[in-house]
Amino acid sequence: MSDPTPEELLLGIDPKPPQTGWMDTPVEIKKGIYCYASNPKSVEYVGLPYPRQWNPIEEDWNLPENWKEIIYKGFRERLDRFRSIKVFMDICVRCGACADKCHFFIGSGDPKNMPVLRAELLRSVYRNDFTAAGKILGFFGKNFKKIGGARELTLDVLKEWWYYLFQCSECRRCSVFCPYGIDTAEITIMGRELLNLIGLNIDWIATPAANCYRTGNHLGIQPHAYKDMLDFFADDIEDITGIRVDPSFNRKGAEILFITPSGDVFADPGTFTCMGYMMLFHFLQEKYGFDITWSTYASEGGNFGFFTSHETMKRLNTKMYAEAKRLGVKWILGGECGHMWRVIHQYMDTNGPPDFLEEPVSPITGTKFENARSTKMVHITEFMADLIKHGKLDLDPTRNDHLKVTYHDSCNTSRGMGLLEEPRYILKSVCNNFYEMPANCIREQTFCCGSGSGLNAGENMELRMQGGLPRANAVKYVHEKHDVNMLSCICAIDRAALLTSMEYWVPEVDVTGLTELVANALILPGEKERETDLRSEPLPGMEGDDAE
Amino acid sequence: MNISYMYSLIAVMVLFLLAYLGAQVTVGKVFLGFIIPFLAAITFIVGFIYRVVDWARSPVPFCIPTTCGQQKSLPWIKSAPIENPSTTGGVIVRMFLEIVFFRSLFRNTKQKLKEGDKLSYEWEIWLWVGALAFHWAFFTVVFRHLRFFLEPVPACIQIVENLDGFLQIALPGLLLSGVVLLAAVTFLFLRRIFIPQVRYISLASDFFPLFLIMGIAFTGILMRYFTKVDIVGIKDFAMGLVTFHFHIPEGVGGLFYVHLFFVSILLAYFPFSKLMHLGGIFMSPTRNLTTNSRVKRHINPWNYPVKVHSYEAYEDEFREKMVEVGLPVEKMIEPEPPKEDAPPEEEAEPPEEAEPPEKEAELPEESEEKE
Repeated sequence: MSDPTPEELLLGIDPKPPQTGWMDTPVEIKKGIYCYASNPKSVEYVGLPYPRQWNPIEEDWNLPENWKEIIYKGFRERLDRFRSIKVFMDICVRCGACADKCHFFIGSGDPKNMPVLRAELLRSVYRNDFTAAGKILGFFGKNFKKIGGARELTLDVLKEWWYYLFQCSECRRCSVFCPYGIDTAEITIMGRELLNLIGLNIDWIATPAANCYRTGNHLGIQPHAYKDMLDFFADDIEDITGIRVDPSFNRKGAEILFITPSGDVFADPGTFTCMGYMMLFHFLQEKYGFDITWSTYASEGGNFGFFTSHETMKRLNTKMYAEAKRLGVKWILGGECGHMWRVIHQYMDTNGPPDFLEEPVSPITGTKFENARSTKMVHITEFMADLIKHGKLDLDPTRNDHLKVTYHDSCNTSRGMGLLEEPRYILKSVCNNFYEMPANCIREQTFCCGSGSGLNAGENMELRMQGGLPRANAVKYVHEKHDVNMLSCICAIDRAALLTSMEYWVPEVDVTGLTELVANALILPGEKERETDLRSEPLPGMEGDDAE
Repeated sequence: MNISYMYSLIAVMVLFLLAYLGAQVTVGKVFLGFIIPFLAAITFIVGFIYRVVDWARSPVPFCIPTTCGQQKSLPWIKSAPIENPSTTGGVIVRMFLEIVFFRSLFRNTKQKLKEGDKLSYEWEIWLWVGALAFHWAFFTVVFRHLRFFLEPVPACIQIVENLDGFLQIALPGLLLSGVVLLAAVTFLFLRRIFIPQVRYISLASDFFPLFLIMGIAFTGILMRYFTKVDIVGIKDFAMGLVTFHFHIPEGVGGLFYVHLFFVSILLAYFPFSKLMHLGGIFMSPTRNLTTNSRVKRHINPWNYPVKVHSYEAYEDEFREKMVEVGLPVEKMIEPEPPKEDAPPEEEAEPPEEAEPPEKEAELPEESEEKE
């Protein structure tokens, strides 16, 4: 395998742009950077256009005959539908403030990963096709166009779009620094929509989206298997705590519906977070009669449609409200997830209104979640922070004393929501050793894990490690300074992506979800003396007993 | 090597010659003095309005502000009312800071790779300083120039001019704004030349307005301090422009026509170019929306119904398996499933195949799992 070592990767970063101008530097689709093409069956299943076999590294992408026309029309339509894209196409002054804010640029040095240039890839075509200036320049010939920053959409340009639009994780860090708020996420979202019009998705988005559509979750876990997984976790919890938890599924008449990313049902370390939810709900049920149900139909919080098109996003997201309505719950509680919360916070309500639900009120503390008055969906950290503030959880933070924890803000919850203090408050309540990473890499300036927006595939590992560098580097800093050994986060893709990134860049640091730490500290009524944490690692002071 | 600035430089030099030579003949003076400025002003006004209206015609279907601070959630958590504005008042302050003080640019950092493996991000204030100096100086200069078009000169203009000349050196008194404008525009130009990444992304259309404004500032300074142009004549001329009583001013040289021509070109060029960021910043949905998207429903005007995989279809496909593990179902299994059950199952086949089995198997270990 040709994946570079960390040292090689660092040495390979050359922030100096090439001699040739970007329009004259043809795209080279590199192994380790690009993701495999979408499987036609997945594209077909959700009814998206032009499902077919195609291979990004082959010359011929088997495009439909009239692909240029499709893109042109699609572009026009989106300019008419989204003010964001229209304004962002027009007002960039190329000041360059965004350039070194992108984790993919920092980690690769590829100038086309500067947000400004990623946008220029589309903007150049926009200028050519949709602006007066472009038309006037075009009158004088191709070279004049180029001077004006305009160019025609050719197959090479299209390939460049595809290659670089799937090297953006829609993290919005650049938009924090842009003096006009130009958001590359918007540009990438539109660009990917256009590409999807001619069947050019990547499989790590297309197949999960199809799976979500069919089974309710991106891994394609069928309902019985979903239940089996949670039963299996219940066994583990019983081993660790001596308490049998009994989650309920698809239960009509429950007060609250719980939806979380399915990744947590499937792979470590997300599974421990999932166990955390189960223990938390059990605790609340035993002590306060808390009434919550899981759903196998709406068993995915994450929304892979969001990486395909606004329409696909809505088609998947609609299941949340549909299931809430079918079950007759009062409101919805959402688990730890990144882009799931971007969709819930900024998009979902337009798909409503959920007038069949009630304004969320914590049945335990009576707190009205006024910030979710309209969507009727509350974030698990908002919910837990409120519980802890009211002293409703019995916590023993010393059970996390073997951990020195830092916290990674997810892109979406920080820049698409502003959920910054709730997780920190919880962290400080459940563990005694918490250290922040440097200020320029947390909160609204946080770095992406490097694999967001559907780029968490296996074949693009070099890209992922490039993109993961800034985050990992900050973790390394606190690891060296404070001996941090645990990176906590509230996003399922983080739990998957950061694990790989840490193994690569800072192998001494492990990754955890926030609720896992809560569950470690949470004292269940009637539990036995715990000897291990949820990972079956011995608790502080219990190492000896365990070894014997 | 990006030489796009050469095109712009040549273009501005050609424009200079055009104006300078044109001003030598009467016809040229009429064109440069009246016709072109008039057309330019119209192009600017109509073009600017057209562009803004055109943007406004496209709706904002989703509430997508970039949140740069703590949300307003639980009452005991301190929220950031400006960086994450949940009220219209907050948005107004946020926009004010953005437009007047370039709040976002103030955050700018410079990233470096140190010792081969340490990333650092240092506060980089110079772009902010340069940009702010440029825009404020430009604004002051434009504001000061209103004295040519208004009789009597309003007190506020006089005050600004007095402030501008507070150094009280040279004769006529040195006005700081002109000098700062020229210095700032030169800084912004040098930045584009010497920072490799910025040079790489710069287009001719980024240099053109810089050279043009450099030319405007330079000719202005030349006229005021060196050739000492006849101010009274120019005032007379400018009043003529706004009252439609055109007459050719006496005792004004080619430099004045160059100055005026450059301004005209800038005005006419404005609506077709990136300079429209002046209007665009007000329209940017990541900045000008309230962040209360979970409190108040944002309406998407073109929202349309979409095809959804219904619970019924889902249960139809998995009913047997659900019943087997004791999951509640809406419809119990009939003794002999009718033939109609077959199609959805067939339709449901693809994605299962689409997920390669070996991939699923390696998921837990390789952490290939997606959110």
